Amino acid sequence: MFDALSDRLDAVFAGLRGRGKLTEQQVDEALREIRLALLEADVNFKVVRTFVARIRERAVGTEVSAALDAGQQVIKIVHDELVRILGEQSAPLDLGSRSPAVIMLAGLQGSGKTTAAGKLARLLRKKGRQPLLVACDLQRPAAVQQLRVLGEQVGVPVYAPVESGDPVAVARQAVAEARRLGAGVVIVDTAGRTNVDEELMDQATAIKAAVEPVETLFVIDAMIGQEAVTVAKAFQEAVDFTGVILSKLDGDARGGAALSVAEVTGRPIKYASIGEKLDEFEAFHPHRMAGRILGMGDVLTLIEKAEDVYTTEQAEQVQSKLLAAEFTLEDFLSQMQQLRKMGPLQGLLGMVPGMGKALKDVDLDDGQLNRVEGIIHSMTTEERRNPKLLNGKRKKRVAAGSGRSSQEVNELLRSFEQMQKMMKSLGGAKGMKAMRQLRNDPDLAGQLGGGFPGGGFPGLGDMGGGMGGAGGFGGLEGVGAGSTGPAAGRPRNKTVPKRKRKKRR
Amino acid sequence: MELLEILIAAGVVLIFLVGLLVGFVRNRRRGRPPLDDQTLDAVRAREPDVGGHPGAGLDAAGLDVAGPEVLEPEVAQPPAAEPEIGEPKVAEPGVAEPVARAPLSSRERFQLRLGRARGSLGGNIASIFRRGLTEEVWEDLEESLIAADVGVEATMELVEGLRDRARAEGVRTGDQALALLKEVLRLELSVSDRSLHRRPSGPSVWLVTGVNGTGKTTSIGKLAARSAAAGETVVLAAADTFRAAASEQLQLWGERSGARVVRQASGADPAAVAFDGWQAAKADGADLLMVDTAGRLQNKRALMDELSKVKRVLERDAGPCDEVLLVLDATTGQNGLAQAKAFTEAVAVTGVVLTKLDGTAKGGIVIAIQRQLGLPVKLVGLGEDVEDLADFDPDAFVDALFSQVAQEVHVEDVEAGGDVAAGDLDQQRSGMPPRGA
Repeated sequence: MFDALSDRLDAVFAGLRGRGKLTEQQVDEALREIRLALLEADVNFKVVRTFVARIRERAVGTEVSAALDAGQQVIKIVHDELVRILGEQSAPLDLGSRSPAVIMLAGLQGSGKTTAAGKLARLLRKKGRQPLLVACDLQRPAAVQQLRVLGEQVGVPVYAPVESGDPVAVARQAVAEARRLGAGVVIVDTAGRTNVDEELMDQATAIKAAVEPVETLFVIDAMIGQEAVTVAKAFQEAVDFTGVILSKLDGDARGGAALSVAEVTGRPIKYASIGEKLDEFEAFHPHRMAGRILGMGDVLTLIEKAEDVYTTEQAEQVQSKLLAAEFTLEDFLSQMQQLRKMGPLQGLLGMVPGMGKALKDVDLDDGQLNRVEGIIHSMTTEERRNPKLLNGKRKKRVAAGSGRSSQEVNELLRSFEQMQKMMKSLGGAKGMKAMRQLRNDPDLAGQLGGGFPGGGFPGLGDMGGGMGGAGGFGGLEGVGAGSTGPAAGRPRNKTVPKRKRKKRR
Repeated sequence: MELLEILIAAGVVLIFLVGLLVGFVRNRRRGRPPLDDQTLDAVRAREPDVGGHPGAGLDAAGLDVAGPEVLEPEVAQPPAAEPEIGEPKVAEPGVAEPVARAPLSSRERFQLRLGRARGSLGGNIASIFRRGLTEEVWEDLEESLIAADVGVEATMELVEGLRDRARAEGVRTGDQALALLKEVLRLELSVSDRSLHRRPSGPSVWLVTGVNGTGKTTSIGKLAARSAAAGETVVLAAADTFRAAASEQLQLWGERSGARVVRQASGADPAAVAFDGWQAAKADGADLLMVDTAGRLQNKRALMDELSKVKRVLERDAGPCDEVLLVLDATTGQNGLAQAKAFTEAVAVTGVVLTKLDGTAKGGIVIAIQRQLGLPVKLVGLGEDVEDLADFDPDAFVDALFSQVAQEVHVEDVEAGGDVAAGDLDQQRSGMPPRGA
């Protein structure tokens, strides 16, 4: 697979530092990389074309600032443009003043309409509205039943008079039913349909005409490829949707389709479905999506995953242990197990800005982790707390117990010791200095922070950058070498939030 | 053992970062009610065994007890036979006996369906490539592969290899180049065994997997109808116990085809349902057991582990699955490759079912999947009707890959002057409506 765009651009601009203007030739070379990255992210090739043309216009002649190298500069331009197309900020649902306000969902089969209907109902109910779910998918077996179950789960009434028949009639009756029930919002779930099925597309148009929705939402799978454009155009023609719901965004697809759809239809993406549970549904974040499409780190997703498995107390405990070098193999084992609940290691590392570069040639196999865990499991508790106990005889035993060679056991112990040393110094003076610098130059922070919306994550960006810069993971030791400032992780927490709170709601 | 070193380094760094991040975010959100326990419980509810909860299934002896008498009340006995299948609309030879897979009828259907979506095949392609073999033609070829979701990497490799061959074989026109490309693709796709494997005796076991919304349940329903129509006894195990009404959906399909459906309450252990399915299939002397599983995104570790467990438990008594099918949506882009990789790793997929090929999507990602993983497409979904699940026909598939795209590429290329990399065209010329249109 391809490396993240930033790495490839770095290669293009290698050697070009400091002041100057981006020349056409440099820009063209960079654009080739951008084009590939976007195609690789499933952005439609036609959209890529127009997009790249616009980037070119903006990039040629751009001043290279002292703080950023040319690659970062171009990425910033690309990122900004992506955000512009995806919508500067989340577009809220506009339910108008009429009651009941009708919301209609439409999309391909399996894009997640019914689930989205349930999630949307839950969200609206939480906001104090009284939604009514309407089952107009009379095509798929048990789709009506699915909506009934979802309605029950989110505590919203479901209007589902028939299992088969004419969905247009159901939709029409539903509005009257909503009035009777005093429901202020009607959410109409419709059958999935292919864009070439004229009959069903006409039916969608008819349903729309029957209920006159204030919002028609087009539900599209984040994993969709080049066809996103054709499909979106067909649905726009048939139901002229007012917004988009991007589903299955919790997968690892880069989601270039979001860009294709936004660009081609000009309609905002309003919601993103980010998990299987009914509360995993939220307003769409253009900034995050931009970073994701570019294959930049996605710190927020990492945080979200982490929050699933970690509590504050746990996190703080780990922090202090790490910084005080009290982090034992026992902690390592339990933390790794926690970490692995969040997903494959390589995927997690990929979310850290700059990390992808440091690891680009390494294929981190989770099977390796099993082996490491096996070795640690073969130690006694005492040994895990104090690896120095492990003499030759004990090492032999551990090796035999885990089915590995004693060489590997040695290797593990040595690496762990190194990491301990490194961690101890990581939060040190160098990190502090870098952070201060970053705070004075928010622009730079934004660059380093990658996909982080607007601001950046000063400390992190520095770590990521540092690792990458030093080339490979060996460079980790260099990150904070020779510095021992105690507990330097703390000030970050206190100084950064203000700016952040504004940006992220 | 450099890798080990990196691994540990990466691990510790991640732990550190995660700790830092969580601490950071938590501090910021202080004042909000803690949701940890609830969240964790919810996570656990969805991943029964990963937390090592005792008795939840994998090694629980209870599994063996869950024999026929447990599943009896849950087993739905379908009414007579095929009440709702409805008259087949097209009286093709393959429809009457869907299991006797005459390749010709399958191919006809394939082309018929694809043709419906895409207009005539091949008509306009020729004109594009009639010109000499210019750089433009190569770019056109590249672009049409990319537009079919074949992926940048596979496309470049393919076209690169093609260029060498074209040079060696003295290919002069774009036409010939296109024909050569099609031949290469056909060859790549034709090397595999596409048959759906069965056991010589006893119920054959097929496990059906995939991400959410690709059409697993529907494909199983259609396969069941196909087998039942051939006079086979089919048992379906509704091991999607997560999605609302998934087992009801399978139940309806079972009623249509006369297949017996084994199900349990929503939220039940899917491995147990699969196991029950096997017991029922064995007891019935069925010919085929198909296990429907919940859709899961391939990056959800706990869910992938759950799937591995379903297979493990199923195979403990049933022996190795005869087919492990990955259902893939034809509209899927590059993520399809990641899906195929992850599912192969988890449950050793043996073949792909490419669904929703009746839309405009080309499903080109299966080329990358076959190239990289050697996973053949075994079936394609070409429409909503029962008989629309057809055998994969590489020739028709390859033809369809180039049907409309090439046309579009051509028109635009003429307008835009063909220089794609430089990208010196504005919105209008590329045929895109301006934003906000």
